[in-house]
Amino acid sequence: MLKFRLDPSSGVATYLQLVHQVKHALRLGVLMPGDRLPTIKEVVSDLAINPNTVAKAYRELEHEGFVVGRPGMGTFVRRSLGGGATADHTRLRRDLARWVHDCREAGLDHGDIEALVAMVLADSAQEGIA
Amino acid sequence: MTADRTVRMFGGGCGELTPPAQSATALEAVRLAKRYRGTWALRDCTLSVPAGRVVAFVGPNGAGKSTFLRLVAGLIAPTRGSVRVFGEPVGQRAEALARVAFLAQDKPLYDGFTVAEMLRFGHHLNPGWDDALARQRLAELDIPLNRKVGKLSGGQQAQVALTIAVAKRPDLLVMDGPLANLDPVARHDIMRSLMAAVAETQMTVVLSSHVVSDLTNACDWLMVLNRGQVQISGEVDELLAAHRMLSGPAELADEVAARMPVINDSRSGRQADLLVHTGPGTSLHDPRWSASGVSLEELVLAYLRRPDTTSLPRPTLTTT
Repeated sequence: MLKFRLDPSSGVATYLQLVHQVKHALRLGVLMPGDRLPTIKEVVSDLAINPNTVAKAYRELEHEGFVVGRPGMGTFVRRSLGGGATADHTRLRRDLARWVHDCREAGLDHGDIEALVAMVLADSAQEGIA
Repeated sequence: MTADRTVRMFGGGCGELTPPAQSATALEAVRLAKRYRGTWALRDCTLSVPAGRVVAFVGPNGAGKSTFLRLVAGLIAPTRGSVRVFGEPVGQRAEALARVAFLAQDKPLYDGFTVAEMLRFGHHLNPGWDDALARQRLAELDIPLNRKVGKLSGGQQAQVALTIAVAKRPDLLVMDGPLANLDPVARHDIMRSLMAAVAETQMTVVLSSHVVSDLTNACDWLMVLNRGQVQISGEVDELLAAHRMLSGPAELADEVAARMPVINDSRSGRQADLLVHTGPGTSLHDPRWSASGVSLEELVLAYLRRPDTTSLPRPTLTTT
């Protein structure tokens, strides 16, 4: 069963944090089609958050087609997430691991690497728009 | 939108129980005022809260929070104005009172009673008492029924008091400072079990506190009372979306202040930080200013420091 975690310092709305965590779990294969998400009551009695926030997150996920609510049974995963074929993932991950290794060799720390990735992602998004 | 079938309802589209549509007004005060001898504890309060909300009711000490909550619960009568709960004037009929549960600050339990005796007491006084619910909650919390209330920890006593209030099956639960005097773990535990109860029963909750951070994720409606008057009443997400912290050159601050209400104005040297009420949809397109979102706590603090400003829902908000 997926367990949600909140990052109060992230500045991201709570319902979006829940949405992101479900998507992240779908990408990683932690959640697979057919899996049940925790009920609203389970989530709120764990995190002490407003039930409407969880309902909003689940609605958003349902609207995007990732989950489906079955009355009286719960909310279930409908499809997985993640672009590209699994073989590509393996290759890209290997390349990235090599790149991270290079970064460390060059003396970059965790934060430097993250900043670099974020910058390149932002640049590539800019190119996409232009 | 295809997902719109059930989304308007609580938990809609989530495969969980869907209660009747909650378009009703849970709480409505009109020009509510209360005077104790020569002093007005509450002056001219007008507000309404939709059903199904969890309301953070905040304000400094002596703002009139307890007075307001006691008026809602029908424990005292207003000097002027009126308060209605689900459309019924408070304090007139027994059925109306049965829909409201009030949990006072000093956790009204009898130390000499066992937990089981406390439940019997609650059962005896409340026609709609849900004994199964009470016992199940206490079992989940590992609170022994044969223990004397006085022998329980502060957190457990708060849980017993909350259980009794919830077992009354109220449509509106009013809690006056439920988290005061509890340690952080007990506060979190109380909020967890309160949220679980809300998920189960869909009741409306109003809880007062002066610690906003305890309520940030639990509440979806904010009411701020200051010096006996309502300063803010609105949906948390909407309030946050309608306020921005603008940082920019101090010499341009007056120009911005002329265009939109400034709640907090702090200037140091060349830089100005303005917490502004932008209203929905308006934004500042000047690249010399950077805008960032505000937290609920920042918002409340800024308003409390400026008792003369208000942010109340209006039919239309005209911004120029």
